[in-house]
Order: sequence, then C-alpha cells, then structure tokens
Amino acid sequence: MATVTRREFLKVGVAGAGAVAATGLGFDIAVAESTRVKQNLRIAGAKELHSICPYCAVGCSLVAYTRQKSNGTTELLQIEGDPDSPVNEGRLCPKGATAMQLAISPRRVESPQYRASGATGWKSVSWDFVLDKIANNVKASRDASFITTDGNGSTVNRCEGIAFAGGAAFSSEEGYFATKLMRALGLVHLEQQARV
Amino acid sequence: MTNHWRDIRHADLILINGANPAEAHPVGFQWFMRAKLDRGAKLIHADPRFTRTSAVADMYLRIRTGSDVAYFGGLINHVLQNNLFHDEYVRNYTNASFVVKDGYAFSDGLFSGYDPDKRTYNIATWAYESNARTGYASRDLTLQHPRSVFQLMKAHYSRYTPEVVSSITGIPVDDFKKVADLVGQMGKPDKVMTIVYAVGLTHHTTGGQLIRSGAVLQLLLGNMGRPGGGMNAERGHANIQGNTDHAISWELLPGYLRIPAPGQKTIADYVAASAPKKSDPHSWNFFGTNYSKFMVSTLKGWYGDAANKDNEFAFNFVPKPAQNSSWMSIFDQALKGKMEGLILSGMTAASIGPDSNQVRQALGNLKWLVVMDPLPTTSSEFWHAPGVDASQVKTEVFMLPTTHWIEKDGSFTNSGRWAQWKDQVLPPEGQARHDHWILADVFQRVKKLYQSQGGKFPDPINSLTFAYKDPAKPELDEIAKEINGKDLATGKQMTSFANLKDDGTTTTGDWIYTGSYLDTGNLMKRRQGIQDPKANDPTGMGFYPNWAWSWPLNRRVMYNRASADLDGKPWDPARPGIAWDGSKWVGDVPDYPATMNPRDPNAYLPFIMNGEGVGRLFSNGMVDGPFPEHYEPVESPVANPLHPNNSASPVAFLYDKAAGRPNRFGTPQEFPYIATSYRLTEHEHYVTQHVPHLVQLQPKPFVEIPYELASQKGIKSGDQVRVSSKRGKVEVLALVTKRLGPMTVAGQKVYQIGIPIHWGYVGVSADSDPSHGRYWLANALTPFVGDANARTPEFKAFLVNLEKM
Repeated sequence: MATVTRREFLKVGVAGAGAVAATGLGFDIAVAESTRVKQNLRIAGAKELHSICPYCAVGCSLVAYTRQKSNGTTELLQIEGDPDSPVNEGRLCPKGATAMQLAISPRRVESPQYRASGATGWKSVSWDFVLDKIANNVKASRDASFITTDGNGSTVNRCEGIAFAGGAAFSSEEGYFATKLMRALGLVHLEQQARV
Repeated sequence: MTNHWRDIRHADLILINGANPAEAHPVGFQWFMRAKLDRGAKLIHADPRFTRTSAVADMYLRIRTGSDVAYFGGLINHVLQNNLFHDEYVRNYTNASFVVKDGYAFSDGLFSGYDPDKRTYNIATWAYESNARTGYASRDLTLQHPRSVFQLMKAHYSRYTPEVVSSITGIPVDDFKKVADLVGQMGKPDKVMTIVYAVGLTHHTTGGQLIRSGAVLQLLLGNMGRPGGGMNAERGHANIQGNTDHAISWELLPGYLRIPAPGQKTIADYVAASAPKKSDPHSWNFFGTNYSKFMVSTLKGWYGDAANKDNEFAFNFVPKPAQNSSWMSIFDQALKGKMEGLILSGMTAASIGPDSNQVRQALGNLKWLVVMDPLPTTSSEFWHAPGVDASQVKTEVFMLPTTHWIEKDGSFTNSGRWAQWKDQVLPPEGQARHDHWILADVFQRVKKLYQSQGGKFPDPINSLTFAYKDPAKPELDEIAKEINGKDLATGKQMTSFANLKDDGTTTTGDWIYTGSYLDTGNLMKRRQGIQDPKANDPTGMGFYPNWAWSWPLNRRVMYNRASADLDGKPWDPARPGIAWDGSKWVGDVPDYPATMNPRDPNAYLPFIMNGEGVGRLFSNGMVDGPFPEHYEPVESPVANPLHPNNSASPVAFLYDKAAGRPNRFGTPQEFPYIATSYRLTEHEHYVTQHVPHLVQLQPKPFVEIPYELASQKGIKSGDQVRVSSKRGKVEVLALVTKRLGPMTVAGQKVYQIGIPIHWGYVGVSADSDPSHGRYWLANALTPFVGDANARTPEFKAFLVNLEKM
C-alpha cells in the first residue's frame, strides 16, 4: 500500500465533496476544515480524574472528566481508557466503554426501601428508620444464635444465624472493613464472589 | 494469577482452559495476541464451545466440560513417559524426590483411607516418610525410589494414554497428540508456557483438582515462577481478588490465614494446626515461621489494648466455625430454618444460584434480608418476582441504595494482584451511601444496643478498634493505612511484613498488603506507566514497579526464585525474572532473601512459602486426593471410563442428601444433554441488565444449540425453546450454531448446550417483556453441589432436556 503524507491526505479531502466515498473516511474533510473554528472539545477545561473499570478483573485504568456546574453539582462528561496504564494502554471493551451509563443511571434506587413481612409493596423510608431496624435485627438474631461454648466445652464465640455476602464490586478497604466488623460480631457465614 | 496480564506476552505457548478471554477479558487478551504476533507464541484453546478465543487460536479442541483433569493428566503422562520434564527443576525445585509413607495407595478410583459412610478420606497415609536421622522427609534425588513422588506420579498418570484422554474428553486422539508434542517442548529451560483459566475450571465438583492438574504440569515443565509462565486465573469481578485477600470468605482471616477451629485455645494451638511445617532442612518455611506474627499483629490491629499477652491477644474474640459456612451452606442453613438474617452487598443470590429456585425458597425462609446495591437486584425483588404471591413471603426486606465505584475512592486489586487506587470522581448520587458507612453506622447502633441492653458476649463489639476521625464515616484512606499496619512504639508505618512481631508491638490489617502504604504515602496511587517505558520499566520485562503496587511487597511474578537456576542464573537470559549478580538478587522484587547467595551451603530452597521449600507435585492439602484424578460431574451421561464403580467425586458434599431433602439430581434418561453456562462480552454477571447500551447489544436471553441436535428436533434460530433440568427450567430463544457440536465420549455420542447467564426478572430486558423474565434465570438449572475442597458450585457441567415450544 502506498504511503500518504498528511499533506497529501488533506489535499485529497480538499479536492471536493465527491472525494468522501473515495477516501473512505466517512466524513468530508473540506467541511470538517471549514467548521473547525466553531468546535470546542467537550472536555475542555474539565477536571481529569483516574478510576478503574468496575467490571471484570483485568483492571483497566480509566480517565474520567468532570466539570462543576453553576448550581454546584458535578457533571461527568466522559470516561475513556487511560493511555498510561501498562494493563490496558488506553483500551476498553464494550462494558468499560459504556461505564458512564452505569455511573449515571435513572434506574438507581433513590431512597432506602422497606418491605415488611408479608407486605405486597415497597415503602420509601428514612435512613434512620432502616438502620435502627437492621441494628435491632442484628442484635436479636445474634443473641438468638450465638454459641459461646460448643458441645465439647470449647470456647467458640460464634454467631450462626446471620450471613454476610458481597465485596467483589466495592473497594478493598471497604472489604477489609466488612471482614473486621462481621468477625467482631462473631459471624462465621462470610462470603463473596470468589466461589460464584 | 501467579503472574500478571502484561506478562502473558512473554509466553511461547499458551494453554487456555475453562476460559474465553477474547470475549470475557477482551482487553487482557491483547497480551495473548502480543505473544502470538510478536514472538510467534502458539495458542491452544480447549473449550466446549468455539469462541472468538478459538478463532485466533492455533488449535481449537472441543473438550467435554469438566474433563480437563484428563486433558492435563494426559499431558503429564506424555511429559513423564518421554522424559520431557525440566530435569534440574524437577529434582531441585519440586517434591518429586520426596518419599511417601508406606501404605499410600490408589485403586479403582479411590485413594487410601476412604470412609464410604462419611464420604471423606483419612489422609494419614498421604504423607512423607520421615527420615529417622534428620526427622525431616526422606528424599531420593535419583527419583528411583518406588515410593518417591516421581515414581508414584508416573504410575498414577500412566493410565492417561491418548486413547483414554480422548474417550473422556472427546478430543480426537490425533489432535491430542499434536498438543502433547507442543507442550512437551516447553520443558526446555529456554522455553516457557503459561496456563490461563477462569471459572470454567473452578466451577466443578473437581474444580480444585482441575487447577492442580495444570499446576503439576507447570512444575514438571519448570514453568512456575518464570515470566511468561505460571498458573493464571482470570477473575471475573473488579475486586474479587482484593476482597478474597481481605478474607470475605468463611475459612479465612486476612492474608490467607486460616480461621481458627473449635478446640484451639491459644495462639500456639492455632499456629500448630494452621501453619505449614518445615519438612526439609533447607526449607525456610517463611509462612509457617511467621504465622503467629501475622496473626497476633492482625488481632492487635483489630482489638488494640484489649488484645494483650495475658489474654492470648483476644484469640477467643475470633469466631470458630463448627462446619463449612460457604455460599451454598448459607442457603442450606436457611432451608433448615437456622439462618435468620442475610446481608447482600453488590451480589444477588437469586441469580447466582446454584439452583435458583431452591435459593429463592431459602431467601423466603429468612427472617430478614438486607440488600445493599445502587440498583434493584433479583434478590431485593425476589418477594414479588413473577409467579410469587408476595403476601405469602414472610421475609422482612431492606433495600439500601449504595454508591457506585466512581462515587468513592479506594483500591481495586486486579487478577494480576495489582492494587490500583481510584479517585472519587463524583459525589454520592441522591441519598446513596457508601457500603462501609452503612456497615459502620449499623455497627455503632448495635454497639449502643449492647451497652444499653446487654446481650451475648459483647466484648469484641465493645473493644473493636475504630480509630477513624468520624467513626460513622471512616475514610478509605484511613482504612488503607490501617491495613498496611504500624509499629506501635514509633507510630511509623510498617515497611515489610518481615518486620511484624508476635509480642503485641506491631499491627497489620492484612499482612500481604504491608508495604502498600508507607509514611511517604500510598503506593497504590503510583502512576509511572507506559508514558515513559525507558524510565518506568527499567528491566524491560514489563514489571512497571512504580505503577500502583502489587502484593506481596510489590513483586510482579510470584515464586520468582524459581525463574533462575541453582547458581541464580535465569533459565532463559532473554526473559529474566530475577538474577544473582554476585552480591544480590536483581530484577523483579525477589521472592527470596535479597542478599542470599544461592550457592551458600545453607541457602534456602526456592519456594519459601511451603514447608517443603519446593513445589508440590503430591500434596496432602486437598481433601480429594494427593494427585488430581478425573471424576465425572455428579450429573453425567457416561460412567467414568477409568473407574466406573467410582464415577463421580467420592467426597463431594451432597447438601440435599445430608439435610434429608428430596434428591434434585437428574438422570441421563430424563435429561440426556450436557449443559454449561457462561458470560457474554456485553454483560457482566447481572448488573449490566441496568445498562441500556449493553442491553441493546445483547437484548434477549438465549441458549446455544448445536446444529445437528437442533436439526433432529426441528429447532431453528429464533424459535422459543424450553431447557429443563431436575431443578427448574428456562424458556428462551434458540440460537442454532456449529460452534457447538456432537462429540464421542466413552464410545457414546453426546451433545453440549450453551447457556449464557445474564438475564432475570430485573432490568431493562425484563421491563420490556410481558412475562418479566419469569423463566430467564440460567441458574434455575444448575445443581446444588460443589467442589469437594472449596465448595465452589458446579455451574459448568450438568444435565438438561431440550424441547421446542
């Protein structure tokens, strides 16, 4: 294949509107040239932050661009692969490339929801309401299922009636913290996605 | 992974089993392609289904799901029978020369010590013969002793001839021989092979042994510890590695310390039962020697002043489980009415299964269920799923909106053990709260309840360290610092786990992360990557030591002492891991004392974490045998060609049977087809059902049906079909394909059906369907049984029937 210099490449484009199909570029360079002055990068002046893809465990680095809006909220403008990463070198798969749709979603749960035993619908409730109820449940189930000494007279100090599972989607530090708290409560049923 | 993503480009041969990296880990797969394109590496893909990975492989082998022990066993046999192993490595770096006790035996599918009533082994005979003079294991470096590991192994795998391998796996004999020829060349010191796998190996009743069979092959070829080598697990969630390391796992404490067992009263009891024991005079046994230091420093970190010498550092605060308490055990206990509450954070039991219908029944048996997630899940909504009468479900359910990964900082550890820090990009959306703030808040409220009302053993709750600026809102930066650990006398951050002590003067949260957060700062934030390869990759091997941080001690290839020979020279100078320069080890962070001369008469053996000091071809660390053996899945269309009397795993735990519940396993007469489950590129487990772009790319659930079988049944692509197992059914679209096909197993023609897992009754797809995905849960089909060792469910091999609707 013949090599084309950038200058020649532009000349082909400027040669006329009919060159679009011939160059196979899918856009008309002449038009692109004439409108360049009006364009601004969507991320111009944005804050550049670093994240990691939330899906599989390749650990692709992401660059996220945000801008503070006049009403004080933060707008997420763009997520793309981080070109500096020795893992992904800027590349992303379809999941990573659509990470913005996971980050910002109209499908998010808006407030704590509660469904009483036998109820047929959710009730929106306050954080205080759910946290108090859960704390009372944890204490009641822990007290009801706590084994201090087993049948052989061994001290075992375990809570058999509460299980915690999760952690493949949150930060390591949150996971460590969950382990620390759940073991302090005496939980033995502790699990995450490693097996499943 | 023993190695890391970028390292795969160093391989000469890549065996891919139980994985489809081109589709499930597409960006990681670039390093496989670099190996192929840049150095002419060969890719061999053994998988039930021809995928995009197969499309670029040099050889594709249609293998029956769950038969990989036979495949690797056949390769082991080829290497042993033809003396193709790496001789110097096998003699000096593995336990091939160790002599096994008299009494060890294997016959008709059973190892010595089997108890058929308990379905367990007494492993007393799976041990080394003790040398009367030294007290350590007897060794025969000529490898000729009839009870040497080498000779026992050779006899064990002599049964795995190409014909037997073909009969079990369905791989044609000629194809298998071609692979064996390629693999056999990888025992040369200047060649290296990697084995890459994913949950296609782990999700079986023999999952642990499937992986061990690959590891044994890698040790024989001298490929463990080397750049371009190793056993590399591709993990499927962003932080599954990090939170396995941090022990959200019933049998572990942080850093792979064992959870204590009933009967252990002191740290000494615990260490005696848990730590590896030195079995050779030249073994360092680093892990075993330091086990008590890691444990005491962890307890000191958790319980502060309440942990001291006089109370065994609060050893009695740590719960001691009576029995297996893993994933399936949680639901087994719930079915028995013994589990009151379940907290799910970012995972959905109803979709995950196995045996989703039984799991949903278990959820309905709970008193209360807490779901913490940014988005609704099939667990938060199980009580009003299609076909369920909500008024009959007694469980009290809480749905707590949590923040997404991008609304908080903290680290994710990838498959290659690289802990990479991320920024908080956005503030929490609406009322969403961080998972750890919810847990901190609940914990503080529980603590207040104990202080006001009293209750069972509140001591660990009252004395748990909470040294955060705001105890209800700990910062992840504060926790990262805590995980690293500190010297209590000086207040300085620990720089290495080698300096941890068992006298209560040091702390750690997870010893394998010690060194990640120093007084100079958080090393997981480092960003010196490929923007300047010359400066940032000084060895040229792609370690990038100042990009993020990897455990342990920023080492990029584990067991790297084994990458060099007895003199410390790299086996392949073109691909060094570490090398002895006459006064110190250079290259990667050495998995060995930094200045230990390898020719010193007292030099340690290379595998410093094992009691043996060498890699274990034979191990008593598994409950189902010291050598990997092929067993059929619990549901299989054929009897095991090797030992039909003991066809399936003799020690896999059968939950339903043990609990007295009705049998939920099907027979080949009712369910004649093999099924396996998997992911698609466009979805990740179940969360992406909420991502419109990805739902547009893969909108509807389907099953993949081999063309020949579909023709027999008059099924065309796009037809609605019902796939059923003894446990449940899915009703979805048919995709007829030649990427699956008939195979001959044990002289019988069998078909495999492929089932993507991603759909359920929650999400964009479900919203658009009038039946709301009532029969879309793939795991309605999967059996409630798992690996004999890890209890990993058998998601990947089970029997189904297929009907056109």
